Amino acid sequence: MQQPLEISNVTTWLDTTLRSSLPSVWVILIECVLVGVALLVAYAVIALILIYVERKITAFFQARFGPNRVGKYGILQSVADMIKILLKEIIKINRVDRFLFFAAPFFMIIASMLTFGAIPFGQGLHAVDFNIGVLYVTAVSSLGIIGILLAGWSSNNKYSMIGAMRSGAQFVSYELSAGFALMTIVVLAGTMQFSSMIEGQRYCWNLFNGHISSLVAFILYLISGHAETNRGPFDLPEAESELTAGYHTEYSGLQFGFYYLAEYLNMFIIASIATTVFLGGYMPIQIHGWDGFNQIMTYIPTYVWFFGKTAVLIFLSLWVRWSFPRLRIDQLLNLEWKYLLPINLVNIVVMVIIVLTGLTLTDLFPGLF
Amino acid sequence: MSSIIKYFSGLFTGIRSLLGGMAVTWKELWTKKVTQQYPENRDTLVISDRFRCELTMPHDENNEHACTACGICEMNCPNGTITVKSKMIETEDGKKKKILDAYIWDLGMCTFCNLCVLTCPSSAIKFNNTYENAVFTRSKLVQQLNHEGSKLREKKKEVKPVVPVVTSKAPDVALETEVKTPNVEVKAPASSSEVTETPIASVIAAVKESKTEVAEPIVTPIAPAKEQETKAETTEN
Repeated sequence: MQQPLEISNVTTWLDTTLRSSLPSVWVILIECVLVGVALLVAYAVIALILIYVERKITAFFQARFGPNRVGKYGILQSVADMIKILLKEIIKINRVDRFLFFAAPFFMIIASMLTFGAIPFGQGLHAVDFNIGVLYVTAVSSLGIIGILLAGWSSNNKYSMIGAMRSGAQFVSYELSAGFALMTIVVLAGTMQFSSMIEGQRYCWNLFNGHISSLVAFILYLISGHAETNRGPFDLPEAESELTAGYHTEYSGLQFGFYYLAEYLNMFIIASIATTVFLGGYMPIQIHGWDGFNQIMTYIPTYVWFFGKTAVLIFLSLWVRWSFPRLRIDQLLNLEWKYLLPINLVNIVVMVIIVLTGLTLTDLFPGLF
Repeated sequence: MSSIIKYFSGLFTGIRSLLGGMAVTWKELWTKKVTQQYPENRDTLVISDRFRCELTMPHDENNEHACTACGICEMNCPNGTITVKSKMIETEDGKKKKILDAYIWDLGMCTFCNLCVLTCPSSAIKFNNTYENAVFTRSKLVQQLNHEGSKLREKKKEVKPVVPVVTSKAPDVALETEVKTPNVEVKAPASSSEVTETPIASVIAAVKESKTEVAEPIVTPIAPAKEQETKAETTEN
């Protein structure tokens, strides 16, 4: 069943034409370069769109219009900002650890880039489909904290240092919760591979399949993922009122741009992993027995489904961000170590019991889901 | 045991209050946007009448203003924004009279404190709310408020006899006491409260009239005195 709008049609055509005229080593080399370029472009474009969307939705939450001067509805605002940030001077600061100072933004951007590569954007739009996809994503996304800690350390500035240390404490704590929440779903799905995980959610999303336990895991993942991105009520590493800008105080121009970009992309990555693991990823909504309905749903390309579901989660994240006041560091750690982590541990046990005793929705209603 | 109950009740009340907060922001998301889009909304923009933007000297249809060039505004201005230039002329019946030559106001130095308007005995100046005051050079901020060829509005002679007719006896007495003998002031409000049917507006009008009557003889000596002072200063220098 081929869909006319899928991008995988283009990629398979490209692959067959290349293979027909070139030796396979060259084909792989060319395809690697193309995939890399495509990912980098997608990275930049998604970040620009996210910055625009965030500013607009933020404005709506505060009863104002947001950017509306550059282009129609201010649609070119983030492009203009990007050009501005590219043209700005990279200031050399006295008495910083020069090497680490310049290396730190790359750690940040590479960590989020590595995670970005493993996300399934659609049917066949998946750079690498590891059989340990969930593990890889959790491992690689936690590298970003090295960039933050290095930035704080090498800036030779107490504000940066405090911000980086706060961020480190926060990230290490919440990474634990996020990992456990994903593990709960790995127990349910029985696989760590994203593609088979999505295939398993064809008729029933993991969010519904494990009912209580899945729902708790979903909320815990959203909270801890939100905290990992240093945003919303958890933005105390950057608390302007106390730390000027936290770990990226000393950065300017493109280096600051890297941190800015990585922050937005991390938000997107968290949302897209939650989509893939809990909400069926790029899989269209399918219902057992409704063949006509299923047919219509599959005509909508899979990447539209993926980005639609991700957009809902991103909106949720923005909504949370503009609803709650910033936490203190002790409140932040209390929330993680006294609430999220114990709940998570109990939740995994509950999920194991649900799966072993056959209480998942697919086990209970085999014909329905 | 109680600590366990506290833990779980704290958890659930926390979740409930967080959801309550999100409900509030959800409503806020759909409220009307309050941003004023300034250059586009010029036609519909409402600026309060009391907003002080630009000092003006109202002129009537005969190109006459009420400024007697007394210089009180100039004296009261805390940072020398106002310069009242006066000149002496001779009226047809041979009297010498001081009239306004040029009323100069510097927008760039004005703090919009309104002291000049409050102290003006003849209500000759007022602040209006034309707020678009940006100009390209500083010299344009210095404005002459009296129009070309304008002159002082003549006092209407028949106004004076009207005053006692409009006001009743009691406030009149009160006014007299207020102006002449301050010691009797305590008595005055009592007498006015007795005559409750007296309209307040007429009382205020009467007060205004009497004030201007009283003010003029006081004011006129001050301005020349100041001139003398400045003259003395210049001679010293």
